[in-house]
Amino acid sequence: MRGGREAVVHSAQKDGMLSMVSTLIRLITGITARWVGTDPVDAAGRAAQRVYFANHTSNLDGPVIWASLPGLLRRATRPVAAQDYWNGGAVRRFFANRVFRCVLIERKKVTKSSNPLAAMETALEAGDSLILFPEGGRSTDDSGEMGPFKPGIWHLAKKHPNVQFVPVYLENLNRILPKGDFLFIPLMASATFGSPVPFDADKHVFMSSAREAILKLRRRGYACDDPEPSILERVEPTDA
Amino acid sequence: MPDLDFNAQLLLYGTLGVLTLASVIGFMLAKTVKGDAGKRTIDNLNARTRAWWVMAIVFAVALAGQLTGVVVLFALVSFLALREILTLTPTRRGDHHTLFWVFFVAVPLQYYLVRTDWYGLFSVLIPVYGFLFLAIRSAVAGDVTCYLERAAKIYWAVMIGVYCLSHVPALMTLNIQGAGKMQWELVAYLAIVVQMSDVLQYVWGKLLGRHKLAPKVSPSKTWEGLIGGIASATALGSALHVITPFNWWQAALMSLAICVMGFFGGLVMSAIKRDAGVKDYGHLIEGHGGMMDRVDSLAFAAPVFFHLTRYYFGVP
Repeated sequence: MRGGREAVVHSAQKDGMLSMVSTLIRLITGITARWVGTDPVDAAGRAAQRVYFANHTSNLDGPVIWASLPGLLRRATRPVAAQDYWNGGAVRRFFANRVFRCVLIERKKVTKSSNPLAAMETALEAGDSLILFPEGGRSTDDSGEMGPFKPGIWHLAKKHPNVQFVPVYLENLNRILPKGDFLFIPLMASATFGSPVPFDADKHVFMSSAREAILKLRRRGYACDDPEPSILERVEPTDA
Repeated sequence: MPDLDFNAQLLLYGTLGVLTLASVIGFMLAKTVKGDAGKRTIDNLNARTRAWWVMAIVFAVALAGQLTGVVVLFALVSFLALREILTLTPTRRGDHHTLFWVFFVAVPLQYYLVRTDWYGLFSVLIPVYGFLFLAIRSAVAGDVTCYLERAAKIYWAVMIGVYCLSHVPALMTLNIQGAGKMQWELVAYLAIVVQMSDVLQYVWGKLLGRHKLAPKVSPSKTWEGLIGGIASATALGSALHVITPFNWWQAALMSLAICVMGFFGGLVMSAIKRDAGVKDYGHLIEGHGGMMDRVDSLAFAAPVFFHLTRYYFGVP
């Protein structure tokens, strides 16, 4: 499922650079990927074409999910990101285009010619997987609640029935680099990958079950004022 | 490579011998032990032994770098341990800048004070100034939800992860009666006794452990492991008195204090993990968990060993 002309012309050198960047991102953000609903690749070592959709709290979200994927998947997965942010300055532009191969979309002045869905569909048709944040913007809520989803995800799911829509819950990135702050704190992030969400012809049903799927991956009891205790992955301790 | 004196050679070859023995035993157990549960235990044991090789080498390199080497190593250890504790600490947006000060000011400053042997400020920087300033910084940010809980937990993390651990390199700045400043000896002594106490408690517990000691906090700890481990580590510490300013019985008492504090360090840090619903602080060191899982006992033993040595053996 390697897709796109760009993916094919990757030289070994470029692959080395990319895996260095992703190792660096993993080191800095301490990201752990937990696959609880589906395996990253099937028994034959093949990966399905997917849209990974996640809660959005930080500008690092897209690169971090990208970096947390196994190399085979990473090379064919492109984060969907805001043009206004990633085109602002040569460094960001370089990373968006050459490293993460972002699908850059227009958020502010959407016209027929800059329809964000068109860019995503082109990438899906080329065989690439996508990383998508259906809230559209970053939430600033301390408890990690998500904003409402935009309907684009449903349109994508409708047109691409063979693509898996995998929910991802990102934890701690809002603490590492919150929206509106420039100071970076070296805490450890985690990405939890759930089971693919089945398509539903009813737009609202699909969007709410997609949103629920992310919330279900959340470890409750994390926030200090959270009423529930945090026991999702109760493991028998075996320390010496 | 500097000339190694007799004590340094003793420790170096002793450590090499013990690790080699552990690797050989692990290799033989892997061949003979049957059953899934047994195999898992042996795999974990061998992973731990491999990690011990790496840790011993890193530690030896740091010791060869003298005070600067040990300061740099422990500044890094503090940074990683802090990262793990604070990841589990429920902080809020209002703590963001407080945490920035913790990571990028408190850690370097505390270790700078060790390196420059500025004892007066070293001993009060975090307990006094850190205590007040960190609380102030979070209050200025203006978020009152769980304010005291957040401020207290952040302070606690800095005390354990930075203040307590910084007493390990600080041992090299102690002015000992009749010996002056020791080189690597006290640091190596503390590290060996505290870590061997952990290992021996684990070994005795696996071999003879029947009676659980703290089933809720740390289910694998047993009375047999505790008594056997502390007794044998204390005996080892007493035998190692040759590298210290202590005689054999003084070294035995010091070791006992180190082992007891180390045990309680593990217990306290386990209680925090259980409350947070996690097994380990991280996954940095194969078979051991995170950095904090490895240095919990050291963090509790270091300040007590430091002050006992300073009080009884330091130049007044």
